[in-house]
Amino acid sequence: MSTTSNSSQASASPGRWERVRDSYMWYSFKRDRTAQLCLAVFICMVIAAFASPLIAPTNPYDLAQIDIMSSELPPFWIDGADDRYALGTDAQGRDLWSIVLYGTRVSLLIGFGAVILQALLGVTFGLMAGYLGGRVDTILMRLADIQLSFSTLMVAIVVGALVKATMGSAFYSQYAVMMLILIIGLAEWPQYARTVRASVLAEKNKEYVDAARVMGLRSKRIMFRHVLPNTMSPIFVISTVQIANAIISEAALSFLGLGMPETHPSLGSLIKSGFDYIQSGSWWITLIPGAVLVVLVLSINLLGDWLRDVMNPRLYKG
Amino acid sequence: MIAFLIKRLMHAILVMFVISVLAFAIQDNLGDPVQQMVGQSVPESEREEIRERLGLNDPFLVQYARFARNAVQGDFGYSYFYREPALEVIARHLPATLELVFAATLIIVLFSVPIGVYSAIKPRSPISRLFMGVSIIGISIPVFLTAIVLIQIFAIGVTVTLFPESTGWGAWLNAFFSTEGNMPSFGRGYDLVNVVGNWDTNLATWNGLQHLVLPAVSLASIMLPLFIRLIRAEMMEVLQSEYVKYARAKGISMRRVYFVHALKNTMLPVITVGGVQIGTMVAYTILTETVFQWPGMGLMFLDAINRADIPLIVTYLMIVGVIFVVTNTIVDLIYGLVNPTVKLTGKPA
Repeated sequence: MSTTSNSSQASASPGRWERVRDSYMWYSFKRDRTAQLCLAVFICMVIAAFASPLIAPTNPYDLAQIDIMSSELPPFWIDGADDRYALGTDAQGRDLWSIVLYGTRVSLLIGFGAVILQALLGVTFGLMAGYLGGRVDTILMRLADIQLSFSTLMVAIVVGALVKATMGSAFYSQYAVMMLILIIGLAEWPQYARTVRASVLAEKNKEYVDAARVMGLRSKRIMFRHVLPNTMSPIFVISTVQIANAIISEAALSFLGLGMPETHPSLGSLIKSGFDYIQSGSWWITLIPGAVLVVLVLSINLLGDWLRDVMNPRLYKG
Repeated sequence: MIAFLIKRLMHAILVMFVISVLAFAIQDNLGDPVQQMVGQSVPESEREEIRERLGLNDPFLVQYARFARNAVQGDFGYSYFYREPALEVIARHLPATLELVFAATLIIVLFSVPIGVYSAIKPRSPISRLFMGVSIIGISIPVFLTAIVLIQIFAIGVTVTLFPESTGWGAWLNAFFSTEGNMPSFGRGYDLVNVVGNWDTNLATWNGLQHLVLPAVSLASIMLPLFIRLIRAEMMEVLQSEYVKYARAKGISMRRVYFVHALKNTMLPVITVGGVQIGTMVAYTILTETVFQWPGMGLMFLDAINRADIPLIVTYLMIVGVIFVVTNTIVDLIYGLVNPTVKLTGKPA
């Protein structure tokens, strides 16, 4: 997150690296151990997740590599562990380490995808509402209000449930990744729209906007090329939080059985399938993916906290 | 005030109208009621006759008008699974959810206010830092995971053998971190007391309360960090304000300044956020009730989805819609009452 925002800040061609190095953001990053640790953890997890076909000792999607006889083996520090499976196996005999890697990849994919969709919808609607004002503003914001008052998770659950009921579970699980991106993206766009609208309202009476208008530029160009770049920092701040939220929403939907199927599990569906075995003492099937989920979300949230502190000048005083 | 009330009421009616149209569209498009009612062998001509008799061939608007008229009178149709009026099924499951939400709210209020205020007054103390650290971890743990961890620790039990058993302190530490796991984690228990109608309460007996503890704590765990952070942030802002400095300068005791002068204005945004969070709370009851098999509305809704029990799904959506709209309206009204500076009729700034 922070590397992209660094480079976007330093968009001028000469001495891009110098500008990054001299920026307040880099200064604050150098001094903040928590942010460094979180970024390191987050990057490691992303790399491990997306390199999972290379790293993982087994391919959990390949039925030939699964041995039901070696199911519910504990992780290495407990008696009865098998050397082949460092973190143990789940109820179907899949290597937990491999499947957690693959699951993290699915979770991240859905999280990023949903946030990109939210941002596209939310930024467009927020710009329109803020810049055009009037009736467009009223309708869009009323819609956002209603949707937010229902809570995004509730909207996602209801939409997920209805889509699943209409299309049938087989179809739903076949296109689960696309479905989840769509559902979470559609459910959470109001967050972006509100943030963008608020900063557009602050920006749009400034002189550079007037200048652009006097020059006779079309409002679409003014919106996207002049106003939007100046609303980027709040967008970055909420993007981090929104990625964390999207990952949690995906996990929640999967836990309710409205998300990824068990054959292509995300972290949420791993937790769900493991939960059925917790009473029989195999806690690792559910708690290891759970711990991975918490570490992932926590590192994103802490990065978001740091980013907000850096980018929000109001907090300098406090 | 009256103008504001009417405006809010119009808004509420508009929202309910949108929800009911959506709900009806769902009912209209999902599944074929005739297929649910008759067997495979019934010929097409007879099915057509039933369709005609039930008015399923009428135009959309006519059908919607009938649906809305029935809904206003409390008739949401029959649940396919329970074979009784959908509203009655909801009414039977409602008390369990309300008690769960009530208990969770109680936990949130009892803990968030003192912790939030303390960490605002002493932002640099180690205890405040601990609370803030724990609260960001709390935000990052999904509610169902908290529930699972609680079940593992308090219902199943943890046996720690991390420390060497041979030494005295090792054995003591092992025993200290191990838990027995005798808390109930499944359903509402056997010892429910009937209050009135179909409201059986968990709050009257020891067994009932025991069953309530883990679900309520799980449900509270997701909101508690949020409110702690919110109260802390608002309180810190209020403590910077002139009138607090003035009250301090007058020599009023610090306790009075904090809890009478400052806390009042801290609670204003908390009320608004609290109202909005009720919606989130309903969503989280679905998750919590699923984990603990708590027989409330959330679990019923999920079962209804898995059984494709469309009248029940639609009724649930309508009832939840009513709950949202009513709470949001009440929150707005309370906000207007406690904060007279808010322009009730005017547009928000």
